[in-house]
Amino acid sequence: MTRFTRLPALLTLGVLAVAVAGCGGDGDTGGAPPADATEGAAAVEIENPGVITGTVMFTGTAPDLESIDMDSEPVCAEKHEGTPVQESVVTGTGTLGNVFVSVREGLSQEFPAPSTPVEIDQSGCVYEPRILGVQAGQNITIRNNDAVLHNINATPEANRGFNISQPQEGMTSDRSFSASEIMVPVQCDVHGWMTAFIGVTDHPYFAVTGPDGSFEIENLPPGDYVLEAWHEVYGAQTVNVTVPPSGTAEATFTYDAAMSASAVVPVGDPVDLHDHHISPVAVTPAG
Amino acid sequence: MDWGFPENVSTFGADIDAAYGAIFYATALMFVIVQGLLVYCIIRFRRREGRKAVPIHGNTRLEILWTVVPFFGVMFIAYTSASVWLDIKSPDRMPEDAMELSVTAQQFEWSVTYPGADGQLATADDYSTRNELHIPVDRAVRLTLHAQDVIHSFYLPELRVKQDAVPGMEIPVWLQATATGEYTLGCAELCGLGHYRMRGTVNVYSQQEFDTWAAEEAAIASGAPASLPPVAAR
Amino acid sequence: MSTVALPEYVHHYHDPAHADDRSFVRKYIFSTDHKIIGIQFLFMSLTFLLIGGLLAMLIRWQLGWPGRPLPGGAVLGETRMPGGIMLPEFYNSLMTMHGTIMIFFAVMPLLVGVFANYLIPLQVGAPDMAFPRLNMASFWLAVVSGILMFAGFFVEAGHAAAGWTSYAPLSVVPEYSGVYNGQVLWTVSLIILGFSSLAGAVNYITTIINMRAPGMTLLRLPLPTWALFITSILILLAIPVLTGALILLLFDQVLGTGFFIPEMGGEPLLWQHMFWYFGHPEVYILILPSFGFVSEIIANGARKPVFGYTAMVLALAAIAFLGWIVWGHHMFQSGMNPMLGVGFMATTMVIAVPTAIKVFNWIGTLWQGNLHFHSPMLYSLAFVSMFVIGGFSGVFLASTPVDIPLHDTYFVVAHIHYVLFGGSLFGIFAALTYWFPKMFGRTMNERINKIHFALTFVFFNLTFFPMHELGVNGMLRRVYDYTQYALFQDLVDLNRFISLSAFALFASQLIYAANYIWSLGRGARASANPWRANSLEWTVPSPPPHGNFDSMPVVYRGPYEYSSPESEEDYLPQDAPPAEAPRPEPAPTFA
Repeated sequence: MTRFTRLPALLTLGVLAVAVAGCGGDGDTGGAPPADATEGAAAVEIENPGVITGTVMFTGTAPDLESIDMDSEPVCAEKHEGTPVQESVVTGTGTLGNVFVSVREGLSQEFPAPSTPVEIDQSGCVYEPRILGVQAGQNITIRNNDAVLHNINATPEANRGFNISQPQEGMTSDRSFSASEIMVPVQCDVHGWMTAFIGVTDHPYFAVTGPDGSFEIENLPPGDYVLEAWHEVYGAQTVNVTVPPSGTAEATFTYDAAMSASAVVPVGDPVDLHDHHISPVAVTPAG
Repeated sequence: MDWGFPENVSTFGADIDAAYGAIFYATALMFVIVQGLLVYCIIRFRRREGRKAVPIHGNTRLEILWTVVPFFGVMFIAYTSASVWLDIKSPDRMPEDAMELSVTAQQFEWSVTYPGADGQLATADDYSTRNELHIPVDRAVRLTLHAQDVIHSFYLPELRVKQDAVPGMEIPVWLQATATGEYTLGCAELCGLGHYRMRGTVNVYSQQEFDTWAAEEAAIASGAPASLPPVAAR
Repeated sequence: MSTVALPEYVHHYHDPAHADDRSFVRKYIFSTDHKIIGIQFLFMSLTFLLIGGLLAMLIRWQLGWPGRPLPGGAVLGETRMPGGIMLPEFYNSLMTMHGTIMIFFAVMPLLVGVFANYLIPLQVGAPDMAFPRLNMASFWLAVVSGILMFAGFFVEAGHAAAGWTSYAPLSVVPEYSGVYNGQVLWTVSLIILGFSSLAGAVNYITTIINMRAPGMTLLRLPLPTWALFITSILILLAIPVLTGALILLLFDQVLGTGFFIPEMGGEPLLWQHMFWYFGHPEVYILILPSFGFVSEIIANGARKPVFGYTAMVLALAAIAFLGWIVWGHHMFQSGMNPMLGVGFMATTMVIAVPTAIKVFNWIGTLWQGNLHFHSPMLYSLAFVSMFVIGGFSGVFLASTPVDIPLHDTYFVVAHIHYVLFGGSLFGIFAALTYWFPKMFGRTMNERINKIHFALTFVFFNLTFFPMHELGVNGMLRRVYDYTQYALFQDLVDLNRFISLSAFALFASQLIYAANYIWSLGRGARASANPWRANSLEWTVPSPPPHGNFDSMPVVYRGPYEYSSPESEEDYLPQDAPPAEAPRPEPAPTFA
């Protein structure tokens, strides 16, 4: 539990309390120190960079999505045409969206966090986007577009969590995570259906698939990589990819509708959604 | 703004209001006596030059008087309060033919589960509503309170109900509404930063309206697409 | 002049026997002198009183103008008031810390830390406390505790926000509260403060039992000392339970135990029982000393003996005993067995009896008196009047069925403030003003005090009386924005009125603070006994020298022999020998 993370803090706090009081106002934003203004992935020189492109395929029949009862939040309900649904499984024709794809092994460089924040909105009492990638140390700008209270309760395992609120429309908050973690669940407790997942990596090589299942990861140093796909219902799987100098590598993941029931991921290790420490990554033949 | 409790639409609410009224008049009388004596003393015995106070050390008879009279006064209040209280809160005295509902409190939502067509909770045809309690008028309802995370308090001001929902406990509550309409449901125990938004409505219907509503909900629940397992967030 | 000759040594400040050659640090910082320690507690707790008041002003801003940006509020930072708009988590911290600071760091040290330290040795006729170094440790532990508590405002994710009662599991699990180290600091600070209180209480009890001057029988003790004695016993009974509960809470917070977490086999109601087992005696810890001060001052103002001195002492003891077995009345709606509720209702109701005894005895003390309305007397009379209102509202809450609609509403807020502000704090103003000449050798400006009294009395009632009405209307306490409830939307005007009154009430306190500080340096020099009072502290110079008494005082009578036929004056000091003085018993010495 995250409670354990408070123990070392307690030990030092006793000593540092006076200093803390003196410093004041520190720690207003959670997580790591803000990134330098000048860097970002582009700042790291990559020789003969390559690209991974690919698709997340989906077989079987997608489940009907759970409808959301927004009757008691008219401000949000009126932003939706028809009954809003829980977009936990987004599919195209034989493809799966909202899959977080990231490089898990094979990188040796350090990548400073970009200075530009990524954004996540709360609009119509749903998170937009639902699946979000961010680099460790990079700011996440959280915005409330609804005229109701939202709280943003992030419950990571490897990072310090936060639980903050935005009682009024237009409010924004900046937060960041200091360590890589796939994935950090985010929840609004006022509207229990509001869920998002943030993938935190220590490099810029990640992507989220659209409904067509496609993704592209650019500017990679040539080399061998373990690529992982993560889906909130169907779990995680990995493939091995070799990126040629100045070339393009293909990667394909395949999920099946039955996976939710079997809870076993055929490619790679079975993944427990509750275990956010998904490692070490098993290297399996690319599909 | 009314100068008093919110409108009462509960069977036992009248007893609570009567107990409140009785204490109000008793304390108002004592208030007038005590403050009157105080003001009288302040005016009557204010300082006058050349006068000496009378050095009285006490009076045992008076001490006994103002020990015994308040004792019987408050014991009378306690005695009459006790039966009203137990009628409301004691599980032994709750109506046996009551409609059974289940209420789950969670940061920051109330979820009410209804038994469905079979009249039994914890069966497949149960359905639930978020931040809304729907009940028929003039019928005893027995709710079992649960809490998922922290302590909440089930608060229905017009129905004179307040009962904490405690994680790890199942706490029964009963009520019977005496008038149809829309009333307040709230959380009365600090439960976190969204505590103030943990509120909803109580809809009291006529039995007929309630049956119609329940049938609709049951139909939606049974016809609705199978829901996915909830996404684990904690 | 009195026919009773005052002892000659009264006029000696620089007695060679007590030549004071301590260094500045030993004299004023790490002092073991009970008077210096009392004054140290005084300035610490007055500072916290001011901080606690400022927090209340922020709370009242949000309640008067929900969601409206506070001009200049943005300086408090993005995590508290972005653009001046208060966030709910900051509101929760504010109300948590208002309660915590006022109870633990303002009122409790003002009553006990200041006056138990300052008065007990002087009133029993002792040169100092029984354990002077333990006394010093008590103060410095309180300072450490206060710094930790204050530091909580500056840690990431904000200060404790689970209410001053810190109900588990909200106070344990950060994912539920959004608060991380703030909650831990809160716990650690109060554990340390518990040790401070215990060190003090042991000291006060020992001093009163063992170090009374010859002739100072228990039933000749001034009532402030009696009240502080009984309060100290309550502290010994209550605080260890709180400290134990806090240690369990700390384990839950940082070591991952689950004493109060149901998923781990724990029990949330266990925390409530342990907390209130302390918490209700605490309420009496916060009022009994004021009972004592007010009894003393009313007798002095009326120039009359305290009516029913023995009954007053017995009532104090009865309140303390009953206050110790009523904790369950905070838990009527908690899910506790309803039959227990009946039992706790009965014990709670009985407290009205000793309380009534005290009130009627105060009125009896006024009866046929010759009332001098000096400012301590005014504060004391207001205390009686306001405390009675707090007592009556307590009867409503004690009745279990009536508690159902009133529990956790502003009715409770009104009740606690009538008791703690109308009661304890008026008692504190009375005591601060009454003993100011003794503590600092100077006199406060009486006219300004009377202005302060009038403003405080008026704005106090304008602030807190309407809260009864809010509570009866059902308005919940600890709610950031009550306008989210349709039922409470028409309460905005009344809330705004309360907020404006509260601002005026706060501003009025600045008058007192200014007068207090000004009088420290510029007030008229005070004589040894400006109020013409009887107890022993008035027989020594103002301020008393190190060691208090040049020789051991001998006591011949009780402390309230005002207007006695034995004396031409309307007062008769405890140590004035009777006309035909019997030989005092052989005196024990302070070894």
